[in-house]
Order: sequence, then C-alpha cells, then structure tokens
Amino acid sequence: METNERSLTNFLADTSQNVGGAERLASTVAGGALVAYGLKHGGVGGTLISILGGGMLVRGTTGHCHVYDAMGLDTSEAKLRSPFSKGSLLTGKVHVTKSLTINKSADELYHFWRDFENLPKFMRHLESVSSIDGKRSHWIAKAPLGQTVEWDAEITSDIENHRIGWMSLEGATIPNSGVIEFRPTIERGTEVIVTMTYEAPGGKLGEWIAWASGEEPSIQIADDLRRFKMLMETGEIITIEGQPSGREPLPKAMTAKGGF
Amino acid sequence: MKALCWFGKHDVRIENVADPKILNARDAIVKITSTAICGSDLHLYNGYIPTMEAGDILGHEFMGEVVEVGPEVTNLKVGDRVVVPFTISCGSCFYCKREVWSGCDNTNPNPTVAESLYGYSGAGLFGYSHMMGGFAGGQAEFVRVPFADVGPLKVPDHLPDEQLLFLSDIFPTGYMAAENCNIHPGDTVAVWGAGPVGQFAIKSAYLLGAEQVAIIDHYADRLDVAARENPGVVTINFDEEDVYERLLDITGGRGPDSCIDAVGLESHGTSPDALLDYAKAKLFLATDRPHALRQAIYCCRKGGTVSVPGVYGGFLDKFNFGAAFGKGLTFKMGQTNMHKYMPKLLGEIENGKIDPSFVISHRIKLSEAPMAYERFNEEKDTWRKVVLSPN
Repeated sequence: METNERSLTNFLADTSQNVGGAERLASTVAGGALVAYGLKHGGVGGTLISILGGGMLVRGTTGHCHVYDAMGLDTSEAKLRSPFSKGSLLTGKVHVTKSLTINKSADELYHFWRDFENLPKFMRHLESVSSIDGKRSHWIAKAPLGQTVEWDAEITSDIENHRIGWMSLEGATIPNSGVIEFRPTIERGTEVIVTMTYEAPGGKLGEWIAWASGEEPSIQIADDLRRFKMLMETGEIITIEGQPSGREPLPKAMTAKGGF
Repeated sequence: MKALCWFGKHDVRIENVADPKILNARDAIVKITSTAICGSDLHLYNGYIPTMEAGDILGHEFMGEVVEVGPEVTNLKVGDRVVVPFTISCGSCFYCKREVWSGCDNTNPNPTVAESLYGYSGAGLFGYSHMMGGFAGGQAEFVRVPFADVGPLKVPDHLPDEQLLFLSDIFPTGYMAAENCNIHPGDTVAVWGAGPVGQFAIKSAYLLGAEQVAIIDHYADRLDVAARENPGVVTINFDEEDVYERLLDITGGRGPDSCIDAVGLESHGTSPDALLDYAKAKLFLATDRPHALRQAIYCCRKGGTVSVPGVYGGFLDKFNFGAAFGKGLTFKMGQTNMHKYMPKLLGEIENGKIDPSFVISHRIKLSEAPMAYERFNEEKDTWRKVVLSPN
C-alpha cells in the first residue's frame, strides 16, 4: 500500500480497528477540542465535557469504537454499507454511509432530492447545483478563502421513489460519487441511506481536508442529512444564529426597548 | 432589551442586549409580561449543567403578548396573549406525532453533544444550555419562539398572569409526574421535594384519584404550604423522622404504590450516601447527587412505579439498581411532554379546580433577578417560587 502521509498515517493504520482513518482524525480533533473546551470552562460541566473529549481522543487514536462493533453486525450490504476501510487515508479514498429516518413518504423525499438544484438548501458546503440536462448537472462548492470548486456530475442510477446515484465526470478536482436510497417503513416514515465516496488524488489529502472546511466528511454528511430531515419534516432548518445574548451587550441607548 | 444573562457559577447579571428577531418563518416574538425562576435554573446557577456559555440568556417559564409573527405562523396574531412551553417542538416528526413532544427530532440546532452523552438528542429547550439547543430564554423583555405555530397556548384575558404562568413548565411537569404513576383507587403516592413541582405533583395525584399522598422534605415552610393546600396530606420532615419507617406506617407495611422524585440532581440529605455524593460532586467525581432517588427506590412497594420529574444531567453513582430489579419497579421519567397537557390543564384552571398561584412566594422586577437567584438558592425555606415582571 502506498504511503502518502507518513508517520501519523502509519501510526493510525497500524492500530486501526473499526473506525475509518478520516473519521478517526475527526474524533481526535473533536476530542481534543472538547478536552480544551472542558478545561477552559472548568466546573463539573467542563469536567464532563473533558471526559467525553478524552473518550473521543482514545477512539481517534486507537481507532476502536464499540458502537461500530455493533454497527458492523448491522444488515450491511456490501455496496451501500461499506465500513470505513483500513487505510482509507492511505489510498486517499473516503467512503461514508449515513442513514436517518424521515417522517415523509419516499415519493416526497425522492422528488425533492432528484431536483439537485434543491441540494444547496441543506448541504452547507454547496453553493449551487444547476441542471444541464435531464442527466447532467453543474456543481459549485465552497472552498477556503472564498474560493469555489466546480465540477459536472451525471446521474448513474435512477429508480423512482427508491434510489438515485450520481458521480462526478472527468476533470473534477475531487472525484466524488453518491447514492441515496429510500426505504419505506411501517408508520415511521422513510429510511434514507446516503453513501458518498470522495477520492483525493495522491498526496492531496491535506488539500482535501481543507476543501471540506476542516469538517470531517462523515460528520458533514450526517449534518447535511439532518438538515434535509428538518427541511422535509418542518419546512425550515432550526437555528439560533442571530439571536441576542449577553456576549454582545449593547449600551442602553442602542435599543429602543432598553433602559431600566 | 434587558435580559438576565448567565456568566458563570453564581454569576448572573442583567444586561442590555439586542432585541430578538424573527429568524425562521415559523417564529414569533413574544413580549414577556411574566416570567419565573425555576428550581432547575438553580442547577445552571450552581454550575451543574454542562455547555453553558457566558452571556446565555436564562429563563424557560414565561408568558406574554405576541408582537410579531413569521409568515408561516397562521394560528397566532399580534396581540394574542400566550403561555409558551419550555420545550420547543416541531409538531411533525415521529415523536411529536406520538405526543412524545419532548423527544422532538428537529429542534436542537446543536444535537452533537446530547447525542454523544445520551445517544440521541431530545427537543430544544429555552435558556437551558447549548447541549439543549442554546436557545435564548425568557427572563427578558422579549423572546423569540421557534415553531410558534405549535407551542404557544392562547389564554383568556380574564385570568391573571400568575394563575396561567405555570402552564409553561411546572404545573404540567407535576401533572405528568403524577400521570406517570398510573394511579389506581386506594393508591398511596409519596412525593420527594415540596418545591413547586412537588406541590403540583401532590395536587395532580389527588386530581387523578390517589387515596393518600405523602410529601417528604426538610424545609418546614414548604411542608406547611403542602399541608395548607392539601388537607389530609402526610408531611414527613426527613431531618426529624425516618422516611422509610413513616411510609411503612401509613401504608400498613406495604410501602407507597408510587414514588415521585421531584428533587433531581442536587438532592440534599444528611445520610452517609448523600454526604458522599456531595463530596464527590465537589471533587468532580460524579455529576449528580441522587439521594432522593435512591430513597424513593428503596421505599417503593414491590411492582410499584418510580416517577422522576426532577432533572438529572449526567452520571449517577452508587445507584441502587438491585433494589429496583429485586422489586420489579417501573421507571417513568423525562422532560415534560408539554403540548399534551397544557390545554387540558388550562381547562382545570378555568373551571376553578386549581389556582396555581399558591406556589408563588415572591413577586419582583426582572431587574432584581440576580438578587433573587442568590436568595432563592440560599433561603429555600421562604424563597419558594419567584415571579419576575419585566415592566
């Protein structure tokens, strides 16, 4: 196996158990951040967060997660539920599967997703997707420093109300493909299973991580899927961005309703 | 506007902050007319709940007047008088559709921490840490209410705020605690904690047909309120008598059919396990001090129910699960499914079956809230329930 990322990657690969390389990296980063947050804030809460962060650090550095042990026994279909393979950082290929149940019919979910122009409404890293024809579309994603990455993609499979597959065409900076499946349940809505694969050409792993704005792909996809669920179930995506707090106190004169 | 902001353990201040704005189409802005300090706010004040950030606006019990509605809010109009539930629910997910409103899937914008700690995240809450969504609370002049087409309950003009305000949390919370006991004729219900939730749990247990109710606390004034409000209630001061023995005495040796822990994670007590909990919490070896819960489990009869409206946040130590297993107990708990109870309990207030204002001990201005937190935390005997008025 080729090694593009030397010491750290070797270390990760050597101890790899059941958590994918990229995800472990994220666990390590997020765990470290939580430990730092906890230590900074102190108190019982801070300690709790630090402990949680420590757990994630261990998971990240050892690559072993008991939850994934259980998930490994899940009804995995080789094609859709590929586990994070050993050494995914080495080959520069990242494969992520996430699922969520959405309380809407497969019909509604399929048709919303099939119109790729809707995707930027809940995929935070996408700026726009425009249709070229019935099968092909042009995607623009946000990149660091206000830059963008663009590519064309083509539908690779399309079974109404069941499945949509797509894949980037020749020339994409980060070759990528995705599959979404819709499985009806009994009175629980529709299970939505998304699998995304990204390829980072040799040596470009660092660039790829930067492209993902420092957010690890499995977390990014889980978040996007959650926003898709919110949008479909409630028509909006819950937020607290823009609400007041004492972190930005105002002088009394600045609010009409201020003053004691 | 002015708002009560949290800055750290034992540090809350009134700050002048920006007025809230409509951020989503299903939001409304409510001008607060009355808001209360909840016993669970003291868990924040004492630093027991993780993921608070300096500057967070507190308050999850409030009511007021609608002053602005988002374009998708069609059931409310400017000028409506509303009580707002402390849990935020979307009304359309699997959980809301099954009336498990506090389990709403779609109202925590920051579910990762709750998912890491609990496996899944419940509904977002007003003014109760970023783990619970980080929503600005209602101890302020104005508040933004997400999913305002689902949560706020319109209330009639002829009833005063102080009779209606507690529909926002503690009355439904006490009621759900009693409902969770699945009360049958002849039942004895024992309630730990004569704070406001415990007081509503007593009233609700009688409303639901309990034969006998016992209330356990060590604040004489709180026990006196329970005795005055509920003729026949058995009061037990745990500083003066053995709780288990007394409960056996009043139940012919059977033990209570149901036990309600209306205390939660900062339980007081002087027994060895309570003192150990206190020491561990001080040393950060445990987060919660579950003495009342242990005693409730110990005292409950075989096959009985332990109902927990008291708030827990983290990990329990020396939890007597063997007793629970040995007696085949049923546990019911959780944040209140507010939306399920509010209309029904408004009905009980309107028809005069209950006047919730009996729990109020202090009525003060919002600007005095920092003093009220300090006194409420220190003088629990006389400071039982504080209502704040922004104007």
